Amino acid sequence: MIKAYYIFRKDLLQEFKTRFAMNAILLFAVVTLSAVSFAIGTFTARQEVLSALLWIILFFSSMSGLSHIFVKEEEAKTADTLKLVASASAIFLGKFLFNIVLLFLLEIIVVPLFIALMNFNVQNYLLLFFTLFIGSFGLAGGGTMVAAIISKSGAKGALFTVLSFPILLPVLVSGISATKIASQEQGWMTAYSELQTLFAFSVVIITASILLFDFVWNE
Amino acid sequence: MKLIADHISKFFGEKRVLKNITFELNSGQCLAVVGPNGSGKTTLLRILSALIPPSSGKVQYFDGQILLSKENIFTHTGFLGPYLELYDDLTAEENLNFFSRMRGLKDDRSTWWNLMDRVGLGGREEDAVKTYSSGMKQRLKYVFALMHQPEILFVDEPRSNLDMQGIQIVYELLREQKSRGMLLIATNEEQDLAFADFRVAVHD
Ligand SMILES: Nc1ncnc2c1ncn2[C@@H]1O[C@H](COP(=O)(O)OP(=O)(O)OP(=O)(O)O)[C@@H](O)[C@H]1O
Ligand SMILES: [Mg+2]
Repeated sequence: MIKAYYIFRKDLLQEFKTRFAMNAILLFAVVTLSAVSFAIGTFTARQEVLSALLWIILFFSSMSGLSHIFVKEEEAKTADTLKLVASASAIFLGKFLFNIVLLFLLEIIVVPLFIALMNFNVQNYLLLFFTLFIGSFGLAGGGTMVAAIISKSGAKGALFTVLSFPILLPVLVSGISATKIASQEQGWMTAYSELQTLFAFSVVIITASILLFDFVWNE
Repeated sequence: MKLIADHISKFFGEKRVLKNITFELNSGQCLAVVGPNGSGKTTLLRILSALIPPSSGKVQYFDGQILLSKENIFTHTGFLGPYLELYDDLTAEENLNFFSRMRGLKDDRSTWWNLMDRVGLGGREEDAVKTYSSGMKQRLKYVFALMHQPEILFVDEPRSNLDMQGIQIVYELLREQKSRGMLLIATNEEQDLAFADFRVAVHD
């Protein structure tokens, strides 16, 4: 699977030169974050609400950038060129790797900002970290797959978020509950089942994507 | 190497583009696909190169007696056409190194350095492809298609965007290809047809 890594490096190099996906994602995240913090203002929202808000910000900002990875190949007419030199699974893995790195970067920037701006109290940082880490795999896996599907269709932007939402709903729901638990208590036991769901779903979605990608990519 | 196309048909939705195309081609031979605009030349090349599947019929490659699988076909073929673009944001060198690695070739300039000189792009390796003119891009595509010395070469519109000198260079490359392996071109130019041992005509 060394080819997946080469594709990842190629995408990284392209991103480094254009900063297209990174700009899209970060702008979106920063704008929503400021909008939300102004709207909520001086009074502090409940932890449940804040947990949900954090995931919603992460979800929508990642959706604004993850789809780029395949759309850019279709639009630049390089998709077929890539097909000539790589198998579908190598392409999927390379693109998935890129999207997950993008998501991690987004989280490194947005989560500390969110905690600071929104007075979000976290009791168990390790649990929060873990939740975000596993959740990212699910988000990136589902996001990459949906990106491949919509790159073949005419309508690009809006369709992506609409299609991703139902697929990624389980990730959002269990991610939000686990985050809420991390903000309320020290222990791990209560979060166990949420983490399990999150993990199981991420594994399922990534496996399914790898298996199904061949059909999507080759029309 | 031997290519067998067996009753290939292709539909796009209800629309039939290709109907029962059948032929056999061996190493050292050149096939020209001819036909008016929109008749299905490009579609046929894409099917033969395994980029898209036919609606019915079979494409088979034999290396001696051994039937090649789809993955293996790509390591034996080179393809250039107007819809096979290289990465615009990257330099020629970055492009060629990427494709060189992807094809499992040596990870250095040795695979493509000479070709760049031959097509007249020596010295332009470090420029972004988006700064190339369309003729230069076409020349670069020949480097991409030939860097792994494929046994089978597909060329859709060989002369597209090229000047007189470019055409001469390309003809020389195509002649070499024909003596090394198989050549399949889609064209309507009289001059290109001089290469062809066989023609397949596609109709509207
Ligand atoms: N992906 C596609 N979806 C639907 N129809 C298609 C598709 N690709 C090609 N066609 C149709 O198939 C027909 C043949 O197209 P093709 O590109 O193979 O023609 P061509 O012979 O290469 O033409 P030209 O000489 O202009 O290059 C055209 O009518 C075209 O509209
Ligand atoms: Mg054509």
